[in-house]
Amino acid sequence: MTKLPVWADVVLVPLISLLLAGAISALVILGIGGSPWEALTTMVDGALGSPYAWGYTLYYATSFIFTGLAVTVAFHAAMFNIGGEGQAQLGGLGVALACLFIPWPHWSLALLGAATGAALFGAAWAMIPAWMQAKRGSHIVITTIMFNYIGAALIIYLLVYVLRPVGQMDPATANFPPSTHLPTLNQIPGLNLIFTKKVPANVSLFVALIACYLVWVLLWRTQLGYELRAFGKSQEAAKYAGISGTKIIMVSMLISGALAGLMSINNVMGESGRLLQNSSEGAGFIGIAVALMGRNHPVGVLLAAILFGFLYQGGAELGLWTSIPIELRTVVQGLVILFTGALDQMVRMMLGLVFRPARKLEAA
Amino acid sequence: MDYATLLQILDSTLRLATPLLLACLAGLYSERSGIFDIGLEGKMLAAAMATGAVAFYSGNVWVGALAGIGASLVFAVVHGLASITFRGNQLISGVALNFVASGITVLIAQAMFGQGGRTPPLDGAARFNPITLPFADALGTVPVLGPLYREVISGHTALVYVALAAVPLTWWVLYRTRYGLRLRAVGENPASVDTAGVSVARLRYSAVAITGILCGLAGAYMAAGLQAGFGREMTAGRGYIALAALIFANWLPWRALAATLLFGFLQALALRPDVIERTLQISIPVPALDALPYVLTIIVLFGFVGKPQPPRAGGEPYVKER
Amino acid sequence: MTGDTNVGRQETAAPAIELRGISKAFGSVQANKDISIKVARGTIHGIIGENGAGKSTLMSILYGFYRADAGEILIHGRPTQIPDSQAAIRAGIGMVFQHFKLVNTFTVLENVILGAEDGPLLRPSLSKARKVLQDLARDYELDVDPDALVEDLSVGHQQRVEILKALYRQADILILDEPTGVLTPDEADHLFRILRGLKDQGKTIIIITHKLREIMEITDTVSVMRRGQMTATVKTAETSPEQLAELMVGRKVLLDVAKTPATPGRTILEVKGLRVRDEHGVERVKGIDLHIRAGEILGIAGVAGNGQSELIEVLGGIMKGSGTVLLNGEPLDLSGRASDAESRREKGVAHVPEDRQHLGMILDFTAWENLAFGYQGDPAYHRNAILMDNDAMMQEALGKMERFDVRPPIPTLQGKSFSGGNQQKIILAREIERNPDLLLVGQPTRGVDIGAIEFIHKRIVELRDAGKAVLLVSVELDEIMSLSDRIAVMFDGRIMGERDPDQTNERELGLLMAGVDNETAA
Repeated sequence: MTKLPVWADVVLVPLISLLLAGAISALVILGIGGSPWEALTTMVDGALGSPYAWGYTLYYATSFIFTGLAVTVAFHAAMFNIGGEGQAQLGGLGVALACLFIPWPHWSLALLGAATGAALFGAAWAMIPAWMQAKRGSHIVITTIMFNYIGAALIIYLLVYVLRPVGQMDPATANFPPSTHLPTLNQIPGLNLIFTKKVPANVSLFVALIACYLVWVLLWRTQLGYELRAFGKSQEAAKYAGISGTKIIMVSMLISGALAGLMSINNVMGESGRLLQNSSEGAGFIGIAVALMGRNHPVGVLLAAILFGFLYQGGAELGLWTSIPIELRTVVQGLVILFTGALDQMVRMMLGLVFRPARKLEAA
Repeated sequence: MDYATLLQILDSTLRLATPLLLACLAGLYSERSGIFDIGLEGKMLAAAMATGAVAFYSGNVWVGALAGIGASLVFAVVHGLASITFRGNQLISGVALNFVASGITVLIAQAMFGQGGRTPPLDGAARFNPITLPFADALGTVPVLGPLYREVISGHTALVYVALAAVPLTWWVLYRTRYGLRLRAVGENPASVDTAGVSVARLRYSAVAITGILCGLAGAYMAAGLQAGFGREMTAGRGYIALAALIFANWLPWRALAATLLFGFLQALALRPDVIERTLQISIPVPALDALPYVLTIIVLFGFVGKPQPPRAGGEPYVKER
Repeated sequence: MTGDTNVGRQETAAPAIELRGISKAFGSVQANKDISIKVARGTIHGIIGENGAGKSTLMSILYGFYRADAGEILIHGRPTQIPDSQAAIRAGIGMVFQHFKLVNTFTVLENVILGAEDGPLLRPSLSKARKVLQDLARDYELDVDPDALVEDLSVGHQQRVEILKALYRQADILILDEPTGVLTPDEADHLFRILRGLKDQGKTIIIITHKLREIMEITDTVSVMRRGQMTATVKTAETSPEQLAELMVGRKVLLDVAKTPATPGRTILEVKGLRVRDEHGVERVKGIDLHIRAGEILGIAGVAGNGQSELIEVLGGIMKGSGTVLLNGEPLDLSGRASDAESRREKGVAHVPEDRQHLGMILDFTAWENLAFGYQGDPAYHRNAILMDNDAMMQEALGKMERFDVRPPIPTLQGKSFSGGNQQKIILAREIERNPDLLLVGQPTRGVDIGAIEFIHKRIVELRDAGKAVLLVSVELDEIMSLSDRIAVMFDGRIMGERDPDQTNERELGLLMAGVDNETAA
């Protein structure tokens, strides 16, 4: 097989995957009697066409940055954490408890406290699967799937039986006090000149950007990151180098869980202002697509998260304005994961065919 | 709990265990050949949708079931392509296909019927109808065992009996046939099969295809047996429970039956919180019962019930060594 | 010799195997280049060459794993296409791989019939195979319990299962790839008896090896491979080990390392009653005592798999053990918190592992990252409590690569881009420049080209001359004899005896390696 240049592997493989996913989705749209062009313009209009639209796209992107980073950190340690969904929901519980039961004087302190709660609860939900992988060799994929379901059941139980205020019908907590409300982009001086209407994107976006930078520092500028990547590449060699496998599995999964949990400051605290069931709404799973698409690099994750933010907001617009159901975005999400994560060799082979003649010319 | 209630619960245990059992055996073939498959859920869902739609149009449940098998096979082949031909990550492929299935079933159902992603209700010959086993009424009068036969064993739809029959059949195939020997070998050490002149890819594709067929039956049963039509996300995690059951069963056919019956029983109980409350004098929240199969699997994985021994080559794409 | 008459007789009949102009390239690497040989029916033919000479590639082509880019294969005079293993089996070729291709959870019988079943049901195949196995056992000393699980069998018996598999498929050409690498001398002798028996029944046998002694002992004819090319085919009776060695490497091998006599100082390492169990609970090291002094190389000789790997790994902090190990008079933790590799390095133990690519480095890491591997906690590599100092690591890597002549000396290249010899130099540079009190070295020159071997040996001797202790483990007896100041022989987890390299010979060491006790061997 032709070896691809590094830039082609980093840039072209995800791009081609995206195009393939897009092409198949277009065929699906045609198949159900819609117009792919109309769908695309609707999506672009609704997700990117105005600051208001961007306010939604960035709101979704914020969540996906967190869950994408969560999957990325675990991936580097060769852990496939598909428990982001459960960890995010538990993170929501952390946010809810922090917001409901501690009287915060100001939103900034509340953000700090809620973020701590979110990270702690998210990490805690990753801890048992991590421990089972480290000590029992139980596959992290299986255990995190189980914990997604157990987590969802736990949240429902708590919402129905414990946290629901007396007299309220729907299973949710009480509304968080006003002092915990995070400023949205339209409430931030300076940005309010751009975002003139109320948008859900909020200060959590900046926390997410900081998280991107910190994850980059962690992976490529710290000893822990060095050890984590070494362990991810070869567990035997890591042992030779005196790197404790138990430590790396635990730490990488705890960080991963904490990042997944952190997304709750965006949706639970920043948007809904109370904890509902299924608060993560699949963002934990989208993190997988974001990490794969972003080549497990924080910069890639940031770009991929915005792309999926566009897809989510645009998909919602489709549901509103066209006959194409909102579920189209789940299909695109699945296809992107498929092409970037499982059929990547096929994409590389296709690219290899393109690059081979070029190589021959060089040689001649 | 009185005997009649127990029989009712056992009856629904069998009904609820059937899709789990079919999916669990489906996973068994694939994983025994060394291909992990998290995509049981997606294949069931695709099959359920296709069955619901085609059974509605044709009015014949068996035509519907065939369509379901076909839809499931399409997903199985894509998983095979990713896992076998292109040596991709099997776990990621499974996850991805579950999403595709979850979305595309709703898209198609909505485009076809415009009923919010559901297929129209099925009835008559478009559904699997109960089969009364011979002498069910005559033997029903025999004390204790008679009602058991009449209420629990008899009166199910054909696929329930197909699923039950698939257990000994699977055992026989695995341990008494050439195909089974090769299947087990390819999951333990594909190089042994390859050097013996047998195609690893062909064997694994065949196993993945069987997985597709069984998932197809499971999905068909969901849409035309357990319920009357397809609804969005109607499999509700059953593919994952089947996966849990497979671990619980240590990849063995008879134990798969036991594990899925247990999980089916838990699901049956979850439908009757009143019975639990009466019997145990305490109320167990429904979410706790929902979570129980997963909790049990975690306990098994903890090693309290013997260490699971998955096929050794599972999840690893086969690459010839120099 | 029977070999001579066989060769003479076969001149008339068609050879069992004839290769004409076989070539195979992997990317830019020409693994086989225009190879032509004839192997007469009823003979044992050896193919000898260094690691990486292209022997295994050639045999993989013959067994249908790879397709040759050019050339022709003739079996019994007929041109034959071998696109896959199935075709090889049909052509009567059986292959015993270096790493066995058995299903460990299956019985011997199940392994034998796998792929060669008689029908869709197993029962008839199994009973037929049981009978055939009985006959084969009687005819060729190939007895194995047909109902035993393969994972319960010894390595020697597992190899017999592989041979039985080939014979059950009625192979009349048997290829064995490095068949004695994992066998004790006793088991190897048994194997040779089996092979002679097969030859007498008219089977044709090809043995691939890099061990001269075996070639001389068992083959009728021998072909020598070097860098993908067949450099010579000669009758074994008409050649000598020296001539073969020269043909293999292209010039006289300098087997003796230039070194002055050792001047041992104080004791650096003292091992008393060391025991090691592997992850399955099998005892691999069964109570050994040894010591190494400053300025001394202790060589551990032995057939692979007799506890040497476990010995070096427990000292290097990769495995856990029990007993007493004193380093500079201080006890080392063998099973507790401080029994990991990091603690060992802090105490002045450096380790060049046997498995360079899987243990010694991360192939996807750059050279500069690999040159800090294991020492990532060193304050010199850190800017402050949180951040690492990549610039410092890069600078240091450049110096090390130059001093150890790593080619190309580019620190940003990935580990996998370097040749085996240069990978080994990277690891040696990292470990030796730490100036350790004790250096553990496993198989320092496995898969390393001749030029690099001399360089590596020189550096190890230099460290010794600097007053450090070296523990050398190698399955190459030549290497052990030329580098060591003292030789300890391991067999079945025990030390069978210690010898002075100047006052022993290969025969005596061979006996110790075979488990013959100290006095008898002397």
